[in-house]
Amino acid sequence: MSSGEGSSQSSSKKSRQPKYSRFTQQELPACKPILTPGLVVTTFILVGVIFIPIGLLSLSASERVVEIVDRYDEDCIPSDQEKTAFIQSDKTNKTCVRSLTVPKKMQHPVYIYYQLDNFYQNHRRYVKSRSDKQLRNPENEDLTSPCEPEARVDNKPIVPCGLVAWSLFNDTYGFSVGGMNLSVNKKDIAWDSDKNYKFGSKVYPKNFQQGSLIGGGKLDEKIPLSEQEDLLVWMRTAALPSFRKLYGRIEQDLEANEMITVVIQNNYNAYAFGGKKKLVLSTTTWIGGKNSFLGLGYITIGGLCLFIATTFIVMYLIKPRPYGDPSYLSWNRNPPGN
Amino acid sequence: MKRCVYINDDDLSHDIYCDNRISNRKYTVWNFLPKNLWEQFSRFMNQYFLLIACLQLWSLITPVNPASTWGPLILIFAVSATKEAWDDYNRYLSDKKANEKEVWAVRHGVKKHIQAQDIHVGNIVWLRENDEVPCDLVLIGTSDPQGLCYVETAALDGETDLKTRVIPSACMGIDFDLLHKVKGLIECPEPDKDIRRFDANLRLFPPFLDNDVCPITIKNTLLQSCYLRNTEWACGVAVYTGNETKLGMTRGVPEPKLTAVDAMIDKLTGAIFVFQLVVVMVLGVAGNIWKDTEARKLWYVEYPTKGPWYELLVIPLRFELLCSIMIPISIKVSLDLVKGLYAKFIDWDNKMVDQETSTPAHAANTAISEDLGQVEYILTDKTGTLTENQMIFKRCCISGTFYGNEIGDALKDEDLVNAVATRSPDVIHFLTVMAICNTVVPIQRQNGTILYKAQSQDEEALVHAAAGLHMVFVKKNGNVLDINFNASVIQYEVLDTLEFTSDRKRMSVVVKDCQSGKLFLLSKGADEAILPCASTGQQTRTFSEAVEQYSQLGLRTLCLAWRELEEDEYQEWSLMFKEANSALVDRDWRIAEVCQRLEHHLQILGVAAIEDRLQDGVPETIETLRKAGINFWMLTGDKQNTAIQIALSCNFVSPEPKGQLLLINGKTGDEVRQSLERVLLTMRITSSEPKDVAFVIDGWALEIALKHHHKAFMELALLSKTAICCRVTPSQKAQLVELLKSCEYRTLAIGDGGNDVRMIQQAHIGVGISGREGLQAARAADYSIGKFRFLKRLILVHGRYSYNRTAFLSQYSFYKSLLICFIQIFFSLISGVSGTSLFNSVSLMAYNVFYTSVPVLVNVLDKDLSERTVMQHPQILFYCQAGRLLNPSTFAGWFGRSLFHAIVVFVICIHSYAFEKSEMEELSMVVLSGCIWLQAFVVALETNSFTILQHLAIWGNLVAFYVINWIVSALPSSGMYTIMFRLCRQPSYWITMFLIVVAGMGPVLALKYFRYTYRPSKINILRQAERLGGPILSLGNIEPQSRAFEKEVSPLSISQPKSRSPVYEPLLSDSPNAIRRSFGPGAPFDFFQSQSRLSSSYARNCKDN
Repeated sequence: MSSGEGSSQSSSKKSRQPKYSRFTQQELPACKPILTPGLVVTTFILVGVIFIPIGLLSLSASERVVEIVDRYDEDCIPSDQEKTAFIQSDKTNKTCVRSLTVPKKMQHPVYIYYQLDNFYQNHRRYVKSRSDKQLRNPENEDLTSPCEPEARVDNKPIVPCGLVAWSLFNDTYGFSVGGMNLSVNKKDIAWDSDKNYKFGSKVYPKNFQQGSLIGGGKLDEKIPLSEQEDLLVWMRTAALPSFRKLYGRIEQDLEANEMITVVIQNNYNAYAFGGKKKLVLSTTTWIGGKNSFLGLGYITIGGLCLFIATTFIVMYLIKPRPYGDPSYLSWNRNPPGN
Repeated sequence: MKRCVYINDDDLSHDIYCDNRISNRKYTVWNFLPKNLWEQFSRFMNQYFLLIACLQLWSLITPVNPASTWGPLILIFAVSATKEAWDDYNRYLSDKKANEKEVWAVRHGVKKHIQAQDIHVGNIVWLRENDEVPCDLVLIGTSDPQGLCYVETAALDGETDLKTRVIPSACMGIDFDLLHKVKGLIECPEPDKDIRRFDANLRLFPPFLDNDVCPITIKNTLLQSCYLRNTEWACGVAVYTGNETKLGMTRGVPEPKLTAVDAMIDKLTGAIFVFQLVVVMVLGVAGNIWKDTEARKLWYVEYPTKGPWYELLVIPLRFELLCSIMIPISIKVSLDLVKGLYAKFIDWDNKMVDQETSTPAHAANTAISEDLGQVEYILTDKTGTLTENQMIFKRCCISGTFYGNEIGDALKDEDLVNAVATRSPDVIHFLTVMAICNTVVPIQRQNGTILYKAQSQDEEALVHAAAGLHMVFVKKNGNVLDINFNASVIQYEVLDTLEFTSDRKRMSVVVKDCQSGKLFLLSKGADEAILPCASTGQQTRTFSEAVEQYSQLGLRTLCLAWRELEEDEYQEWSLMFKEANSALVDRDWRIAEVCQRLEHHLQILGVAAIEDRLQDGVPETIETLRKAGINFWMLTGDKQNTAIQIALSCNFVSPEPKGQLLLINGKTGDEVRQSLERVLLTMRITSSEPKDVAFVIDGWALEIALKHHHKAFMELALLSKTAICCRVTPSQKAQLVELLKSCEYRTLAIGDGGNDVRMIQQAHIGVGISGREGLQAARAADYSIGKFRFLKRLILVHGRYSYNRTAFLSQYSFYKSLLICFIQIFFSLISGVSGTSLFNSVSLMAYNVFYTSVPVLVNVLDKDLSERTVMQHPQILFYCQAGRLLNPSTFAGWFGRSLFHAIVVFVICIHSYAFEKSEMEELSMVVLSGCIWLQAFVVALETNSFTILQHLAIWGNLVAFYVINWIVSALPSSGMYTIMFRLCRQPSYWITMFLIVVAGMGPVLALKYFRYTYRPSKINILRQAERLGGPILSLGNIEPQSRAFEKEVSPLSISQPKSRSPVYEPLLSDSPNAIRRSFGPGAPFDFFQSQSRLSSSYARNCKDN
């Protein structure tokens, strides 16, 4: 007991003195790396050596992708007619037949994309014009306030509302090889999270495309939104003005030099704003679709690293500089006080 | 304006003056919210953020959820408001405690217990021993038959000794039972804050005394917050109450200090704001043009053909909101946090604990640590700051005989002891003056020893020394002093005390020998104040030589003198003195004049020399700090010779071949001008040489120089790195600080006493030494340290690290905000200049508040160089002083880096996530994670020393980013449901990240390495040298040792008093004595210093109170 008292007394006596700890004294053990030539050159060489193979790997993966891109918006329209009037009219025949040659063997699944250029799905007015709550739950069908100007028609809520849904892409493609129809699998083209959560299975389209202005595609009112996969894909807005969206999959291999006949229903109006429409058939690898950017980027950066490393080595050899030489301190060169 | 206080009158006074309710509160319950908000919004940053937050409420233009700005904003406001409220609540509580304290006061003729807040002006208040004085009182009675009482004034002026207070003569002898019936009138000035001055008159109404007007001074008062000690009871009349007391008037919140770094950050913020406006303008115009030309063609956007009137404003405002993150909202919070931690590090530092008194250093002002690293001028007090302020009587010269030498003190000198034993009359007189010419209060302790309570260390030293020579001051009984000399008791009655003032520089007492009835005038004071008063026949040469010798040893000297007075002469003088004492106008001046009439024809007894030792480590500290490029000015109230001597012994100026002292003096404007011009000329010539040139100026010449030759003096101040200003008053000290501040220098003032308070408050940084002169300076200061030598560590270690850390932190904060902002801008270029935000609200908020703030906060542990290296190479402080680490060009570097990184991240992301992958949410997360990865590496590259905490913060933060986003991605209701899982499964995501890191950091690393190796800064070289280990020999390093050694040898031996003079002789054309002589007895007193109420440093040592 008495010893305890004593210690408490002595501690209270010392209480004005700061407690010692390595943190409070700023004396935590620390490592202080400095940029020695060895460290820096090694780093650059290491990065270069790692990057170039990865770049080559990525590039080869990208090169293995077989891709057919066909721009059809120009050709699928009679040149003698006014484009916008043609595409907006109900009466014109918009069927268009294209034939594509398979350059190399395409292994299944072959992905079918449609590509839109110069289409600003990321425009502020466009991005905001949707009501996620309404898409999720049938009880929220009146929550259309963010959807202006496509919120209501005759004061009845539009489901799905908003510009994004309203401008749904509605070109269709039919494929055949040598007269044989190629079946296009349009199941599971949308994200699972969208199907299972974002779009409700009890939400059915209502009053869609009933207004005075007709935007894009129409929806079957008997199918719930969660199964309208084209809509789901479309409503995943793209961040860039040039984008591809999945249309479907061909679940069989396409041999080299095969001729594919595509029957396009050219409904979507990209002419009004000078957009381009392309049909893309592509296989994938581990890196995704055909995109040589990463591979080239890795090779370039890796090469640059090796170049920098070499330069530093050369500089070091030509003009070696002793480290931490106090004679470089100006106050040691000049007499103090100057 | 005068205040008339009717004593004990219950009706009249109530309406006129306030009651004794003390209120230190800033707010009331009702005005707290508006007033606090008003204060917070008077800052530009807060106004800006409020505007942004309000704009965000307009959903048409807001790119993100308004909560992302409102949340942090409200948090910041709530935190600072809570802090204010808490402080104010504590003030309220302490006020309440003081206000509700029970005191005895007279009400309607009866003594009653009332609450302190109910005291009114004119009430009679009774105090018991150890009571706190509730308001300013004029004493009318005490338990002491002589009418004395003792007070402790520590709370008022920080001095811990007891002071004597006495009742006015008119109240002398009033019976205890009648005291509460006293009626009368006190005429006193309007309340002011001068705690050393109170000039009033008292007239008691019949039946007490006739209409005689009785003067009242500060000695007749008890001021609020003092404590009554050693006195059974005392009673007084309340004259000032509540917030109008002397203490209440002195109170007041000093102006908040702004550091140079803060000013620079504000400037940069302003620049960024302008940049932001430009960006907004350009993008706004571009957006409107694009809208009108392109967007109208986009049928899917359905732009209405005719918009509302504000349509043109919508896009610019959207961009304003989008770019608002350019100015990081987190910077203020982060800076406050780290600054608090810097201050804590100072408080915690074990190496700055004064082991003798176990006083740790303390940072009272937590906001200005960076300024410590940017100090350019240090203005230091001498006594108590450079020296110990522990006075020891060392030597004396009595009628031409020198006592004491290098071997021992005068006390141990056989000759002196013998002289005392043989009762040599001169020596006895000398000892008598030492023992009783003072204001010391002896207190008998239980064990029989005597404790001397003295205000001045000098007096205490003298009384102790006298006691050592068997002249023991035993008891003070009212005016009667008991002296015990060789077992026989001698009694003296003190008739008058001619007080010390800093202008008179001497004090005297008139005493009556109770045995013989003879009257004596005993005087002591500075040589130039005493020697001219010597009787005509006496040779004063030996004494002035003694003074010269002693002051060259760095000793403080006091001349002691006496004179026997004729009864008639005294009576005549006494009347004049009384009259002067009751003067309401110019009392000081008149008293001084009257005193002078008595202080003449003195017989000089001798010179006492008192040593004030230098504190440990002072020369080394000054040496180091001077090498760090800090200029020192010494401002002291002491004499020129003593000041120069101390300056030499503590490395202030180098000895002769390298150093040169230039003297500026003169009595008239012309003399000062000539002297100033001559010195200036020499300065200009020598400024190119590597020579230590310092100028010496005294208070008088300084006054003239500052008033009439301000420009020339300014130039001198700019040229001279060192200055010694002696005999300066507190207000002159403050003026000098002001002068240096006006030259855009960062100043640090360090001092220990009440006379340094003004300079401490005036300077950018005030450092107080919690020394023997009380805590007054330490309380007023921003930092308080126990010893002068800790200043080195405070500046070189704490100041430097704080500056470096803040420089990095602030620029990094801008960097990361700019980075994300540039990306938003780039994205808007590919989204139809419509102001779409790439990032969602949650990510944006978390980016600013969390992801990028945590790693950089740990930067407070970063040390670029070890403390040892910095101490060895103090020159490195130049980088902080010159602001090399935070200025527009370094900021431009960070700006460029953020632009470069934004381009890298953006270009890589939009190319690798093109076509089928260009989904908005995905791309946003890829870009965000790219930024976070770069952040981690930027912080890692800029960190100089990695402790475990830094690793945890940097890499842990990166991990935390993924964990948090996985959690958010797992919530179905969040917008980015499953996004992060999808991304992390893609090899291309990781490949993209590594590409961003290498492409972003590679050039930065290469550039840094190149600069580090081929264009190294001094910091880099020292880092490299430190890494190589071993002793880092700096040529400059060898020197201090040798000089320190020289110092040990060189204290001028008394045998060759002139050997040291060459140091300053070459330019000392006028002997300092010449100036001193002119203080002749007939010379009129020049009261140019009289504005300064606080006495100078010498004053402290002799002041009478």
